[in-house]
Amino acid sequence: MNVFLALTFSGVALGAIYFLAASGLSLIYGLMDILNFAHGLFMTLGAYVAWDVATHLPASWGAPLLFVIALVASVLGGALAAGLTEVVIIRPLYGRPIGQILVTIGLDLAVVGLLLGGFGSNSLSVPVPLWLIEASHVGGLSLPNSDFVALIAGVVVLVSLELFLRRTRYGITIRAGVENRDMVSALGINVGRAFTLVFVIGGAMAGLAGLLYAVVFSGDLISPTQGDSLLIFAFIVVVIGGLGSIRGSAVAALVVGLVQDYANFYLGSHPGMAEIGNLSVVLLLALVLEWRPRGLFGSTL
Amino acid sequence: MNGPVRRGAIALGLVVLAALIPYIGLHLPWVLPSTVNVVNSTGTLTVLALCFIFAGVALGYDVIFGYTGLLSLGPVMYFATGVYVFDITLTHWNWPLVPALLATFATSLVLAVVLGAIALRVSGIAFTMVTLAFAQAFYYLIEDNPHGLTGGDTGLALYSARLPAFMSGAVSNTRNLYWIALGFLVVAYAVVWLVTESATGHVFVAIRENERRLEVLGVHPFRYKLAAYTLSSLVATGGGVAYILLIGTAVPSAVASVTVTLSILIMVVLGGAGTRWGAVTGAIVYVYLQQYLLKVAAQPSFASLPAFLRVPLSQPQFLLGAIFVLFVIFVPGGVAGVVVRRRLADAARRFDASSATPTTVPLEEP
Repeated sequence: MNVFLALTFSGVALGAIYFLAASGLSLIYGLMDILNFAHGLFMTLGAYVAWDVATHLPASWGAPLLFVIALVASVLGGALAAGLTEVVIIRPLYGRPIGQILVTIGLDLAVVGLLLGGFGSNSLSVPVPLWLIEASHVGGLSLPNSDFVALIAGVVVLVSLELFLRRTRYGITIRAGVENRDMVSALGINVGRAFTLVFVIGGAMAGLAGLLYAVVFSGDLISPTQGDSLLIFAFIVVVIGGLGSIRGSAVAALVVGLVQDYANFYLGSHPGMAEIGNLSVVLLLALVLEWRPRGLFGSTL
Repeated sequence: MNGPVRRGAIALGLVVLAALIPYIGLHLPWVLPSTVNVVNSTGTLTVLALCFIFAGVALGYDVIFGYTGLLSLGPVMYFATGVYVFDITLTHWNWPLVPALLATFATSLVLAVVLGAIALRVSGIAFTMVTLAFAQAFYYLIEDNPHGLTGGDTGLALYSARLPAFMSGAVSNTRNLYWIALGFLVVAYAVVWLVTESATGHVFVAIRENERRLEVLGVHPFRYKLAAYTLSSLVATGGGVAYILLIGTAVPSAVASVTVTLSILIMVVLGGAGTRWGAVTGAIVYVYLQQYLLKVAAQPSFASLPAFLRVPLSQPQFLLGAIFVLFVIFVPGGVAGVVVRRRLADAARRFDASSATPTTVPLEEP
């Protein structure tokens, strides 16, 4: 039972990271009809910016402070990368949806190639405080502290995103745009600004997801292709949750994180089944689409 | 000579020329993708063969993406099916050539029909994501090395005593494998040409243009979409077979990862989606450039460049990605798009010149 609870906890933490990665994708798709392939790149860039900042500041500042700065840097790095992407290469292609998907693919390949050239394909290590690697004992369970960080980050982002989308003027514009973009522009609201905004928000969450994934699941290591592999799961979460739905993404991220975690633990130890966790997620996607082609919370497609 | 006959003659001429390349021992500095600057050297022939293989695969992909308008991200799965099923049946099970080939294409057919039917239950972006997810699952399966069949990360070398001697991976056989690759491209072109010019092919284009209207006319798009998907999958499988014969080793990152799919997509878009020669041109240019850039980056003089030039220039992935972004923004329709627009402009000018009253009405934007 304890094993099951610990597994559930780490599955939820994984789900929190998937949510960070997927909710931005879902918003961007919902508002702009763009399947953003550069989202994996934003995750990778967030992690690299964080690494760069944390390794160049004096170590005497102490690991906890450096880690907080790294977290902020990942958010800003992802947001900046995404904002620039929207303004420089997405904007010239408004009205050409396939073209927009294609440039994000090209951008992803190009910049990942640049990172491979600049940093090599080997992983780099992000400095983290010791307590992040340790575990806390809660009611007889030993739970990794990094999982708590991921979980808190996921919940904070979910709550603030919901508040932003429901309570602020910009948020309401975005939600209205997701519902009916043409109507919003017909009412004289500048949808172009909302486009840039969702990219910036999505990029910020993606950058954070990139750093947290490295810290929680890959031993503090970052590599140029990490974001791209995470992106596949973010896509799956978005489709299962229903394109354009934040709540859908949150629920689907939890389900996917848990399914992957359980499958990895209970089945992955058998020979030749090391990838069963990943496979089971794809199977889940196929099943959900058979049952509800629009995803759990999808309304229009 | 009228259009189709002239185009046929040009195509025939190009194929004959390509078939004769192994006999051309010309020394050509600078332009060749191999360090040996001779046209029929093993290195150059291998790169050209690779160009032809991907040209064929890109043609197949053009059927589903360019003609039918469905952005599938699954072609690598069928390419990998060609590579691995052929390799496994020959290397592990020691099957003779013909049964191995039949098994490979039968597997691909079943996979394409079943997975295609599932993926086509959804449309638009969801279809794209589902095909991507399936291809990724396939990749994980290969990485997992079930029962030691695929060799996992290390890959699986093709080794079989049952393979006819002229096809084996020996260096002296490179020109045979080159001709096999060329033959694959010719067959792929012929099949794609026949299908896209047929009534079925016109339905593919109609699906791209207006699927709803087709439904109103009483045509079920699903069957045609599945047919386009299956055809493009089978062509990709043929490419996989030619690839494993030529290269001799199957490594998942090179033949089954999503990067391969994206490369194929880029080839088709660079050349011009929805045209046959565009896809072929795009693929040949892409693969040639990729190999050529690798050669350039490996040269000793290259290391003396300052880092801000050396790092980006040493990464074909960066250069090709950047070229691709510029093409999408500034050259919509790819190379074929440029040619078609020029042809339209010429026709408009001729029309202006021949009409009795000079017209000043500008040509409408397409």
